[in-house]
Amino acid sequence: MKPVAFDLLQAGDVASALAALAGGGDEAKPISGTQSIGPMLNLRLARPSLAVDISRIAALRECRDEGDAILYGAAITHAEIEDGALPDATPGWMAAAARRIAYRAVRNRGTLGGSLAHADPAADWVNVLTALDASVVLRSVGGERTVPLTGFFSGSFSTVLEPGEIITHVRVRKRSAAARWAYWKYCRKVGEFAMASAAVLIDPERTETRILVGAIERPPALLRDPEAVLAGRLGIAEAVTEAAPGLSAQSQALHVAAVGRAIAMADDRNNG
Amino acid sequence: MQGQGRTASGVGAALLRLEDDRLLTGRGRFIGDIRLPGMLDVAFVRSPVAHGRVLSVEKPADTEGRVFVHADLAGVAGIRADSGLQGFRSSIQPILAHDKVRHVGEPLAACLADTRAEAEDLAEQVFLDIEELPAVVDMTRARDPDQPLVHEHWSENVFLETSVDINFEAAKAAADVSVHKTLRTSRQSMAPMEGRGVVAYWDNQAEQIVVYTSTQMPHIVRNGLAECLGLEQGQVRVVAPDVGGGFGYKGILLGEEVCLAWLAMHLRRPVRWIEDRREHLIGNSNCREHHYEITGYAANDGRLLAVECEAIVDSGAYSIYPFSACLEAAQVASILPGPYRFDGYRCRTWSVCSNKPAILPYRGVARTGVCFALEVMLDELARKIGMEPSEFRRRNLVPPEAMPFTNITNKIFDSGDYVECLDRAVQAIDLPAVRARQALGEPDGRRIGVGFSVFCEQGAHGTSVYAGWGIPMVPGFEQATVRLTPDGGLEVRVGIQSHGQGLETTLAQVSNEILGIEPRRVKVVHGDTALTPYSTGTWGSRCMVMAGGAVAAACDKLGERMRAIAASVMQAAPDEVELRDGAAWAGERCVSLKEIAGLWYLRPQDLPPDVDPAGLEVTQGYKTVRDTGTFSYACHAVVVAVDPELGDVEILDYLIVEDAGVMVNPMIVDGQVHGGAAQGIGTALYEEMRYDVAGQPMSATFADYHLPGASEIPPIRIDHMETPSPISRFGQKGIGESGAIGPPAAITNAVNDALKDTGAFVAEVPLTPGRILAALAEARAAAAPELAVQP
Repeated sequence: MKPVAFDLLQAGDVASALAALAGGGDEAKPISGTQSIGPMLNLRLARPSLAVDISRIAALRECRDEGDAILYGAAITHAEIEDGALPDATPGWMAAAARRIAYRAVRNRGTLGGSLAHADPAADWVNVLTALDASVVLRSVGGERTVPLTGFFSGSFSTVLEPGEIITHVRVRKRSAAARWAYWKYCRKVGEFAMASAAVLIDPERTETRILVGAIERPPALLRDPEAVLAGRLGIAEAVTEAAPGLSAQSQALHVAAVGRAIAMADDRNNG
Repeated sequence: MQGQGRTASGVGAALLRLEDDRLLTGRGRFIGDIRLPGMLDVAFVRSPVAHGRVLSVEKPADTEGRVFVHADLAGVAGIRADSGLQGFRSSIQPILAHDKVRHVGEPLAACLADTRAEAEDLAEQVFLDIEELPAVVDMTRARDPDQPLVHEHWSENVFLETSVDINFEAAKAAADVSVHKTLRTSRQSMAPMEGRGVVAYWDNQAEQIVVYTSTQMPHIVRNGLAECLGLEQGQVRVVAPDVGGGFGYKGILLGEEVCLAWLAMHLRRPVRWIEDRREHLIGNSNCREHHYEITGYAANDGRLLAVECEAIVDSGAYSIYPFSACLEAAQVASILPGPYRFDGYRCRTWSVCSNKPAILPYRGVARTGVCFALEVMLDELARKIGMEPSEFRRRNLVPPEAMPFTNITNKIFDSGDYVECLDRAVQAIDLPAVRARQALGEPDGRRIGVGFSVFCEQGAHGTSVYAGWGIPMVPGFEQATVRLTPDGGLEVRVGIQSHGQGLETTLAQVSNEILGIEPRRVKVVHGDTALTPYSTGTWGSRCMVMAGGAVAAACDKLGERMRAIAASVMQAAPDEVELRDGAAWAGERCVSLKEIAGLWYLRPQDLPPDVDPAGLEVTQGYKTVRDTGTFSYACHAVVVAVDPELGDVEILDYLIVEDAGVMVNPMIVDGQVHGGAAQGIGTALYEEMRYDVAGQPMSATFADYHLPGASEIPPIRIDHMETPSPISRFGQKGIGESGAIGPPAAITNAVNDALKDTGAFVAEVPLTPGRILAALAEARAAAAPELAVQP
C-alpha cells in the first residue's frame, strides 16, 4: 500500500496555496493533518498529481477573538484544542470533545478544517460544530465566502467546497456557562468512529435549542422541534425518524438511545 | 525434577527478559530492517474475485524481467500438504494462480521494481481476464449439491470428514434432560504487529538460496522450499530474524516464500516482499471459523452423561503446509470433551473447502472454538437443571484423585486439580456477591452477568500424537546443541524460534539451572537452519517443554564433561564436583568455567590423558517421558455489564486461575496469559472478517476489522497453581496458548447470564452490539409476538 507518485507543495501562505490548487485543477488536492487522506493515498483511493500541504500556513494556524465568536484557523489541531492552548468558545465543551477524538497520535496531527472538509458523518467536529451552529470561511482565488455548517455538508464525505477552494477558518459562537450542552457518542472501541452520536445545545441567552443526530451516513440532522422533544410532547423515536428517515432498525435504536442519553447528560449537568 | 528456584536465575526465577534490551529500544532486526545492495521490491497482483476461471494474465509491454506469472516459474511445484487420514482430499496451492483463482487475494503475478510503490504501479498495469464463478462462502452450505466445486475434480467441497462414536446411545439413554445449541465462531485474521515478509538472495559462495522470512518454523520452511523448488536441502538456508509476533500466522510455508526464492535464484538479485496490512486482511484472513450443532445430556442430579456434536470448520481454499486443512476439525473431535468426565460421546466433523483464504491454526487452535461450544452449552444445561453453572461444572470435572486420567477420546491428562482451579475462581470472583448485585439491579439499567469457562490444554504434543494425523510434519526428538566457548560462555543452539515468548531468557535459565552459568553469559542462537539443529519449530505450546528439555539434556551431558575436566584440575572425583555460581566446586575448592574452557581450547596440553574426546560441545535429543503432551488447565471467570439499549458489553472483572506446572519464569508465564487473554477478548467481542455472498472480504482495513486495543483490555487478575507435570524435565507445562482459549466461552456465558431473564441468548462470537440487540429483539418477539414490529 504505497501511493501513486505525486508532487508535494508545502504552501507558505494562502495565496500560493490557492494559486497552486487553481493551477492543478482536479488533479490538485489540499492536505493538512493527513489522518484521512494519508490512508486514502496509500490505498490508492486518492490519486492527486499535486498535494498542497496547507498545514503550515501561519494564517491558518491563528486563533482570533471576535468578541461574539472565536475564529479558529483551519490548521489548528485537535490536540491544541484538547490541551486548552487556545481560547475555547465554549465552557470547555470543545476541549472535552477533542479529548475523545480517535487517539492522541491522531489528534496531534488531525486538524479542524481537515476534519470538516473530509466530512465523515461520524466525525466529532462535523457533529459538534454543527450543533454549536459554527460556520466556515472558505477561500479560493475567486474570493471568500462564509457558509454555516448546516449548509456546508452536502452528503456523506461531501461538501459544498468548490475545486480549488479551501477552508481557512472556523467561526464558533461563544457560549456561556448559562447554556447547557451534551455530546454523546457510542464507539465500538476507543479511537473508532462513532456508530451513533447526538448533541444537545440549550442556550437560553441566545434562545437557541438544538438537538443533533450524527453518524447517520449523511450530514448531521437537526431535530425539527427540539423544544417539543425536551418537553416530552414529541417522542424521541418519532423525532429521530423524522430527522433521519430510513435508518436500519438497529441504527435507529442506537440513535434514539444516543439522543436520550445526550438529553439526560445535558439535564445532569444543569442539575449538577 | 530438579531444585526449582534453587538459584536466583534458574528455573522458577522471575528474571527480566534478556532480549528486551534489544527489542524495547528499537534495536531488533526484523525483515523490514534488512536492506541488501541492489535489492528489488516485490508487489503481487492478487485476485480481485473469490472464484473464477483465469483466462489470461497479461504482462504490460516492455516489462521483461520485471513481471512474472505462473508460466515463468518453470519447474516449481505448488504447495501440497496432505493428511494421511482416510478420505482426505488433496489440494495443490499454486505459487502463482493460473487455471483458477479460489479466493480474493490469491497471487497471480509478481512485479519487481526498485521501490514497493513502483512495483505497485507495475502491478496495476497487469491485465487480468477472469471469468467469475459463483463462490462458496457459507460453510454450512458448502456441501449442498447446488454449490460450485472449489476443486473441480472433487465430489464435494470437503477436505475431510471424521466421525467418532463412543458409547453414545447407551450413555444418552440415562439422561433426564438435554440441550441443543447452534453455535458459531467468526472467521478471524491473526494480527501480529509485524506481518509476514521475505527477503531472499542467492549466496554465490555457499551456492545456496538464503531466505530470510518472518517465520515460526525455519526448518519446516526449508523442507517445503526444497520440495517446491526441486533443490537439495544443502542449497537452501532459511533464517528467521527477529519476528514481531506469530500466533500461528507464521507457522506455514508461504507461496510468497517459494516465489521470492525462485525470483532471487533466477534474477541473481536480492528481492524483498513485505506483506502490507491490506493484503494481510484481504488475502490471509484465516482462522477460527467454526459452526457447531452441539447437544448435551445430563441427569437431574447434575451428572453430565453424554455429548453429541456436529462441527463444521471453514478450511478455506487450500490445505496449508505443514498443518494441512484437516488439523483443526479433526482436533475438534478429539478435544471437545474438555476437562470433563462423561461416558458417551459422538462427534462428526467436516473440514469444508470454501472460496476464502486457507485456514491456519491460531493460538489455541481448535480449542478456543470447542471450549466456546462445550462451555456455552454446559451453561444452558445447568440452567435447565436449575443448578449454578459453576456447580454443574464442579460435579463433572475430572477429580484430582483420578490423575493421570485417560479421557473419553484417550487424551492422557498428566496432572492437576481442576476442581480446585474452579473453586478458586468462584471464590475470587465472589459469586455470591455477583448474584446479590444481580438481584438488586443496576441503577443505569444495565444487566450484570457472570460466566466461567474451564479447559485443559494439550501442549508439547509429541510423535505419537502427530504421527496419527499423517501430515508433512511430525515432531520427534527435540534437539539442542550447547557449546562452552573458550572464554567460559555458553552457546545454546535450538531449531525453534523465539518471537515474543522470551526463550532467549528461559533457555538461559535452564542452562543456569544445570550448569550454574550466569544467564547473561548464555547466547541463545535460534531461527537459522545453518546454525541450529533440526526442529519443527515454535507452535503448540511446545518450546519450554521440548526445547527446554533438550537444552537441559544437552547441558547434563556437557556438565559431565566439564566436571571431569574440573575434577582433574582440583584432584577430586568427578562426582564430588558441583556446577554452581559460574564455577565448578569440590568442597571449598573451585575452578571457573573460563578455566575449564581454557584447558580444552587453549591449553589442551594440560588436559588429563583420559579426557573425553567429544569435547565441550554437545547435541542432544529429548522427548518427554510420555509423548502425549502436557496438560495445563485454567478457569476463566468474568463479570460483565450488558447495556440492553446499545448491545454493549463492559468487562467489570476478569480473573484467570491457571496451572502451567512448574513455571520456569513466572513473569513470562503472566505475560503469555495476559497476551493470550487479550486475543481471546478480541475473539469474544471484536474480531470478525465478514464476506459478502460473492466472497468479497468486508473487513479489509483495521477500520472495519476491530482489534481490541489497550483501552479494551481490562485489568486481568491471575492466580497460579503449580502442579508439576510428571512427564517433563522440570515439571513445566506448555502455557503459550492458554490465555486465548477461555475468553469467548467465559464472556459469552457471562452475557447470556446477564440476559437470561429476558429470554435472549447469544450464540455467535464476536458478541457485537448487533448480535446482542438481535437476540434481545428475538426474545421480545417470542415473548409478545404482537409487539414484534415495534422498535
